[in-house]
Amino acid sequence: MKDKIAEKLLLFIAFSAIGSLLLITFFIFQQGIPLIFKIGLSNFFSMHWSPTRGQFGILSMIIGSLMVTVGALIVGIPFGLACAIYLAEFSSKMVQKTLKPIIELLAGIPSVVYGFIGIVILVPFIRTHFGGPGFSVLASSIILGIMILPTIVSISYDSLVAVPNTYREGSYALGATKWQTVVKLLIPAARSGIVAGIILGMGRAIGETMAVIMVAGNALKIPHSILDSVRTLTSTIALELGYATGDHRAALFACGAFLFIIITILNIIAIRVTGHRE
Amino acid sequence: MNRQKMMKISVEQLNLFYGQNQVLKNVSLEVYEKEILGVIGPANAGKSSLLRALNRLYEIDYARISGKIRLDGEDIFDIPINDLRRRVGLIFATPVVLPGTIFKNMSYGLKLHRKIKKQELNDIVADALKAANLWEEVKDRLYESASTLSGGQQQRLCIARTLAMNPEVIMMDEPCSGLDPISTAKIEATMLELKKTYTFILVTNNTKQAARTADRTAFFLAGELIEINKTEKIFTKPDDPRTDDYIRGRFG
Repeated sequence: MKDKIAEKLLLFIAFSAIGSLLLITFFIFQQGIPLIFKIGLSNFFSMHWSPTRGQFGILSMIIGSLMVTVGALIVGIPFGLACAIYLAEFSSKMVQKTLKPIIELLAGIPSVVYGFIGIVILVPFIRTHFGGPGFSVLASSIILGIMILPTIVSISYDSLVAVPNTYREGSYALGATKWQTVVKLLIPAARSGIVAGIILGMGRAIGETMAVIMVAGNALKIPHSILDSVRTLTSTIALELGYATGDHRAALFACGAFLFIIITILNIIAIRVTGHRE
Repeated sequence: MNRQKMMKISVEQLNLFYGQNQVLKNVSLEVYEKEILGVIGPANAGKSSLLRALNRLYEIDYARISGKIRLDGEDIFDIPINDLRRRVGLIFATPVVLPGTIFKNMSYGLKLHRKIKKQELNDIVADALKAANLWEEVKDRLYESASTLSGGQQQRLCIARTLAMNPEVIMMDEPCSGLDPISTAKIEATMLELKKTYTFILVTNNTKQAARTADRTAFFLAGELIEINKTEKIFTKPDDPRTDDYIRGRFG
């Protein structure tokens, strides 16, 4: 009897979590999509974002999001992969047991702290050494690159460790060095997991808001160099939602819907890629 | 014939430890050129560890070793490790096919060691597959995944892959343990044929297989070499009663 009640209770809680997700999804689309129909796709994907004058073009923000995301991947992939390979193949058990939790702890640091470190250290550093305002694509990319490290490292690590040991022995027995085994055998064998880690990291980079607002400068234009200021879709929503009304507010929800679709697609790809392995 | 010249591998007072656990105790033996040396013994006798010592594969298990091992008179610790493992190939009990096509399995080891032209690579792969009696079965499907092969074919693929490396010694660790009698017979036939060119060390749990194929046989028990002699002698009149007991199936 008690079991039955507990079971029903857990079922209810589980469904309310899923239910709230569905409600959020519904709400975002219900608020945003009508505006896109009203103004037309060509307005929505144009260059000019001037909501008070009826111009709702989000192209410069899409480009901004894209630039910082690609930048984050350029920073995050080499470091993340190197870290995962070192942990999985070269380090001792002791080092693994200490370092892996520490890296995963990085994921638990609030993004505002990353943003703060960016403002205090990174932005002035870029301003004095490379020029420009400091608040830039470069600063955002570096901060985001660090923020996506835990995702890339832990998923890549898991998939490297999951490669059967017999492969390693077989490779060594054919005279491969450790490095050759890693590059020619283990990375290809773990490729699907590594790709999934990168895609999930990418999803995190696109969706990140707070840290980016703090270091990106948020100027509404397409950046011409990595030292230029940039504004992303998420920053726009966070910065403007407080005072937006009417169509302006709806346009921000439309941005949210657009982001939602992008991130869902990335997640589906990540699930497909990993699922393919089994 | 000069005995010294015929000696391929010599092992002197070899000890091997996994942590505190000593799995090989003071083992000394010689392997002659172009013979099949059978290695028999119950579980935990140290048979596999002996093979893993000879190509230094034990190093990836963080094991420790003492004693001398020579290949053609040269200390194996003076030979670059890739070179050693190319010269002393190892076939595992369960066939280890690497992910990818049959051709990729064959070319993997070769490409590690040197740059190689496509035509030469194709020739080496074909020759090695022929030598391992696999060519006829796979020549039309070289670019299919190696995991589609049957167990026996996979094991012959592993043998072919090792042959392609142009080894001197081929060590086999219970190569037929998971195979049916027909596949086993094929592998034994391959081995007897290849004996003209290569030296074999065959670890087997199947004493009859040693009796069928080996020129000499070594009997191991709990990490010690009990007896090594002509196969015929081991199987008819062994010197040590323990060898006799094992062969007659009284323990182990």
